[in-house]
This record gives sequence, C-alpha cells and structure tokens, in this order.
Amino acid sequence: MSGPAPGDPVLSTSGVTMIFGGLTALSDVNFRVERGSITALIGPNGAGKTTFFNCLTGIYRPSRGIMTFSPEPGRSIQLRKLAPDRITRLGVARTFQNIRLFNNLTVLENVLVGCHSRMKAGLLGALLRDRGTRDEERAMAEFSYRLLERYGLAASANHVAKNLPYGAQRRLEIVRALATRPALLLLDEPAAGLNIAETRELDELIRFVREREGLSILLIEHDMSLVMSVSDSVYVLDYGVLIASGPPAEIRRDPKVVKAYLGED
Amino acid sequence: MAQDTQENLPVPPPPAAGAVPVSAFRRLLGELRAAALSAVWFSVLALPLVVFRINSASGRIDYLWGRLPRLAAAAFLATLTWRFLLRRVGFSRVRRAVVEAGGPPPEGARGPEGSWLTLLDRAPAKRAILAAGALLLLSIPFWATPYVVTVMITALIYITLGLGLNIVVGVAGLLNLGYAAFFAVGAYTFALLHANLGLGFWACLPLGALAATLLGLLLGIPILRLSGDYLAIVTLGFAEIVRLVLVNVGFTNGPRGIRNIPPPSLLGIDLNGSVKPLLVPRGLLHADMDLNKVFIYFVILAIVALTVACVFRLENSRLGRAWLALREDEVACQAMGINRTRAKLTAFALGSTWAGLAGVVFASQITFINPQSFTFLTSVMVLSIVVLGGMGSIPGVMIGAVVLILLPEYLREFSDYRMLIFGLIMVVMMVFRPQGIIPSTRRVYIYRPEDHAGAPAGDALPPEGARP
Ligand SMILES: Nc1ncnc2c1ncn2[C@@H]1O[C@H](COP(=O)(O)OP(=O)(O)OP(=O)(O)O)[C@@H](O)[C@H]1O
Ligand SMILES: [Mg+2]
Repeated sequence: MSGPAPGDPVLSTSGVTMIFGGLTALSDVNFRVERGSITALIGPNGAGKTTFFNCLTGIYRPSRGIMTFSPEPGRSIQLRKLAPDRITRLGVARTFQNIRLFNNLTVLENVLVGCHSRMKAGLLGALLRDRGTRDEERAMAEFSYRLLERYGLAASANHVAKNLPYGAQRRLEIVRALATRPALLLLDEPAAGLNIAETRELDELIRFVREREGLSILLIEHDMSLVMSVSDSVYVLDYGVLIASGPPAEIRRDPKVVKAYLGED
Repeated sequence: MAQDTQENLPVPPPPAAGAVPVSAFRRLLGELRAAALSAVWFSVLALPLVVFRINSASGRIDYLWGRLPRLAAAAFLATLTWRFLLRRVGFSRVRRAVVEAGGPPPEGARGPEGSWLTLLDRAPAKRAILAAGALLLLSIPFWATPYVVTVMITALIYITLGLGLNIVVGVAGLLNLGYAAFFAVGAYTFALLHANLGLGFWACLPLGALAATLLGLLLGIPILRLSGDYLAIVTLGFAEIVRLVLVNVGFTNGPRGIRNIPPPSLLGIDLNGSVKPLLVPRGLLHADMDLNKVFIYFVILAIVALTVACVFRLENSRLGRAWLALREDEVACQAMGINRTRAKLTAFALGSTWAGLAGVVFASQITFINPQSFTFLTSVMVLSIVVLGGMGSIPGVMIGAVVLILLPEYLREFSDYRMLIFGLIMVVMMVFRPQGIIPSTRRVYIYRPEDHAGAPAGDALPPEGARP
C-alpha cells in the first residue's frame, strides 16, 4: 500500500483544545491523517505541536475535544481518557523531540523494551525461566535484531544506547517505536540536530518505514525541504490554531503560512 | 505491501559507537594527569587522618607532614594501575560479543560496561572464581571462630537486604528511604507469631516475606504516583511511623522488645547436643561454636544464593527490562506500552519481600528484637551498600555489603577513627567512582545468524489484523 486512501482516516480529531492555566496551547484542532499517508504538522516554535502529540499519546488529557484512532479499517477507538501505555498498545507509537532513549541499556534492549506489550512472561515466568519464557525471549531478541538489521543498526546492537552517534540515536528511537508494531507513527522533529546528509537519509527512511511496515506517519518538522518532499499533506499550527491545511505545494504558497513563519503584521 | 520493497533500508550503516582514536602519547599524558589529580584529591581528603595526630600525652597536635608524599605517591600509582586495568579489560567483552553477533569488531570500543568485572565474564576464570568463593563460604564455619560466623551472618543478611533494595532503587530507580520498615515487619512477624502461636522459623520465613510484600503493596498503591525526592520523603516518614507503632503498641511489647526468638530447627535435631560432640574432637569445629548459629549461617547463605539467582533472572527478563526502562525514562517507558504503575508496584513490593526474609533470619540470629534495631540508620546502611557497591549490580551490592559490614568490625581496634574512616571511604568513593565499586553491566545478547537459518527473512511485522 502506498499513498493515502481518501476517506479512511487512521486518525481524526475534532475540537481538540488544551488549556494550561491561562494559556490556550491548542484551540479547536480538527485534524485528519489518511490511512497510509505521511502527514506533516508544521508551525513556529511554541505553536503547540508537541502538545498535540502529548494529547494524542495520553501524556496530557485535552481540556476538550474528540480524538478517534482507527488501527484498521472499520474499527475506531476514542483516545481521550486512555493511559499512555494503553494508547501505545492500541497502535500509536511516537518518538520525542529531545531523544528519550533508555541510555544505559543496549541498543537491542531498547528495542526489546518496545516489544514489551507483545510478550507475556510475568513474574513467575521470569523467576522460573520456563520453556515458554525462554522461547519468547529468544523470538523477541531475534525480532529486535532483525529490525535493527533492517534499519542499519545491527552492528551496534550490543552497544549502550548513549554511546551511539547522534544520528543513530534518532534512528534507534524510530526503530524502538516500530517495535511496538504501530499503525500510526508520530515523529516529533526527527531531523532536529541532523546534518544535511543525515536529513537526506531521514527522508528516505521515512518513506521506507511507510512502505516496509505499512503504516501511517504523522510528522512534526521544521525542515521545510524535508516536509515538502516527504509529506502527502501538511497542517499548519500557529498559536494553537490550525491556520491552513492541504498538499505541500499549496501550503508553500499560502499567504497565512508565510505570514506566520515570517512574523509579519 | 508493494512487491518491489527492498528488504533493508538502503543507507550506509552508522559508524559503530566508540571512542575516537587518540595518539598514544596524548593518552598517556591524560592518564598521568588523571592519576596526579586523584593523588592530590586523596591527599587533601586524607590530611586530617594521616597528618594530624593528637598526642594524648601532651594534649597537643603533632603534624606528620613526612607521611604525605608517600601517601600521594601510593595514590598516584594505585590510580594509574586501576585505570590501566580498566582500559585493558574493557575491550574484550564488547569486542567478543559484537564479533559473535556477526558485526565488525568496533575499533577501541569501550562502553561503560567495560570495567574490571568483565574479567569475571571470561567463562573459565569466572567459573573458577565462583567455585573458589562458594567453597570458601561453605567451609567458614568449620575453621573460623564463632565471632567470624556471627559477623558473616550479619554480612549475609545485609547482602540479602542490599539485593532486595537494589531491585527498588538500583533497577527500578525508586528511592526508598524506609527499607528498614519492611525488615522490621519480617522480624516482628516471626517474633510475634512465635510468641503468640508458637510458630517456628520455617513457617514464619514465608509468612514474614508475605507480610513485608503485602505492606509494600499497601504502601505502594497510594505513594507510587510520586517520584524522586517526594517518594524518598514519604518512604522515610512511613518507616518512622512503623517504628513508632512498634514502640507504642501494646502487643509488640514496646521498646523492651521481644525475647527468646528460636533458631531454625533442622528436623528437630538438637544440633548442639548430638552433632557438636561428633565434630569438635575431630577438629572440625571451634569448641565454643553454637551449631544453631552455624545452621543459620547456612540458611542465610542459601537465601543469598537464591536471591542472586532470582535477581539475575528478573533483571534479564521482560519485567526487569520494564523496571530498567522506568528508571531510565518514565515517559518513554510508558510510550513503549509499559504500565508504569504496575511496574513500580511490582518492583516496590518485590523489593520488600527480601527485606521480610532477611528480617526473619535476623530475628532468629539475635534472638531478641526491639524497635531500636530498625531505625533510619538501618535504611541508610542498606542504601549505602547499594550505592557504594554499584546501583543495579549484583556483585557490586555483595561487595558493598561485605565492605560496609566487615570493615567496621575490623576497624574496631581503631574505634576512635572508625566512623571517620567509614565516612572517608564513602566520600572517596563518591568522588572517584560514583557508579559504585562494580557498576552494573548490561547483558549482551549474542546472536548467531546460523541459528536462525530457517527463519523467514525478517518479515517481522505481521499483518494489521494480528494486533491485539
Ligand atoms: N505542561 C505544560 N504546562 C504549561 N505550559 C505548557 C506545557 N506544555 C507546553 N506548554 C506551553 O504550550 C505551548 C506550546 O508548546 P509546544 O511544546 O507544544 O510547542 P511546539 O510547537 O512543540 O514548539 P517547538 O517547535 O519549539 O517544539 C508553549 O507556549 C508551551 O510553553
Ligand atoms: Mg515541540
């Protein structure tokens, strides 16, 4: 599957509003991610993009609004009021603007933590290490290793995550998110801090993830050339309000967007 | 999924993590500077202990400056060798694992997992050391004095406590300053059940552990929303409440405590009456040895062995990884689908289980308990063991307990300076090796592709419908 299938959103929100004390970080956000698409969310600093992700993933509970997630056609789930871990298990995975790896665990273990919800071993399994537990542990280690292999990180599988170069850490965060087997992947500024060559690799990586894993991607990004090249549609947020949405070529020419970015009055 | 999708991402693999090569001369210079720095530090810290001496005859202070250069030189050399060893041994483990994983050996890779402990990981050496250690521990009662056995029992009790608290603090990252409360619950469970119902050690061992676990759960449910400093303060307060209850409630006999707690029974055999006369004439036992103490020694030794096995298995399991993830980053941990509250609660309650076990053994060892045995100082002691030994590291905790329990015993002769030396060691440790004597190492998964030759070529993500 490639390209969006119109009329079948994997995610749709309506009226999402997030108020912190007196600050309205998000106001009435109506958003749609088509199944199989790469959708970008852009906007100036402090526009509320990360806040939107935090609402979707249950870290914040929006003050108002509906968020509907559809892991597969014909099934829809209300995300509001669900705990973050529950949302992940339903099929929404994310990365963080500031890399949040498990620094002192190895690269492979980072991915294994992502496999947590698919494993069953409990306390007794861990203590007795019975056949089932061993098999499961081994199958997941292998799965994780193959996933690392697929994304060019296998050679570092046994390194402690914090020793990876920055670009590889960003990539590992994506791989770790993939290990939870999401239907929707949220990437928060994956290009932040990458150099030009790495950004170009990221462009390829994002397309590859969509094709290979067959999922939908929602992307926050400041790098306009990346956004324009990779995304099927773009939403623009400014001071918590969606000011424009549409295909990248239109967004680029939209006077409101230009104004928000250049700060004209 | 499109048919022509490539198998792997067509990007060059990132360079393996590792240090940038530095010229040998620069490295030597760096090592020398580090050693010199630590010598200076050490001298400054040791100054009051080594140079100033109170002359009790004249009541004045003597200044022994002549000792300082020797001390500094010794510190310098020790640091140099220490760092050299660290560097040498550090490589092997990572390189071996990565080679076996089919990747290229990293150039000069040395993660924080490289420490001198990795020496133990070379299988034959490791097995030899483990066997020698086990033999030594098993033989102690047959050649040592009763005093040594008593001290060893205390050390082993603290190892159990340290390993239990290590799950909470070292692995799951929950700062618990009230661990002594769970220790007390174990001890009092045994004491009270024996005094009132006449239950013996073996019945009370699981009951004490269970009581401590339940208390851990009970306390855990309301407080585990807190983290960091707040958690520390609440656990501290909780331990104080438990202690005050023990002091003030009637049935615990208040500050006077409970006496005549029995030793564990071995199939009803009167050890001192029937077994001891067989051993002593053959020179297999010290004449003053209480065989009940020897039995306690073996019981606690077995408990420690079991604990080590359990903690090791836990650490390298799904549950243990969830705890580690929790310690590393709570938000990311939840984003991996881990139920944070449940993970915290299991770590907290399970850590308490071992305090309960240790408490029962402790009660039967000293035969008399009162609330004074379970003060804040006990909690601090156990916490120090974990921190000194190395958070999250099993061998580290064991060494930490041995150092912190045995050292004060050996320093009895210098009893004036005992606390000073004790404190000094802690300070020096925190300055030079904040990660502990033996920092925790992560398990290295060895992956040999040929094992999985039959596996499908990595079609790892099953179809959508398979998701729960
Ligand atoms: N927990 C919070 N409490 C109070 N205010 C918050 C909180 N989280 C975010 N905000 C505020 O909400 C606004 C939006 O922040 P957000 O992090 O979502 O911006 P962003 O669009 O991601 O910006 P950037 O591009 O810099 O990452 C900011 O003014 C921020 O200060
Ligand atoms: Mg942001």
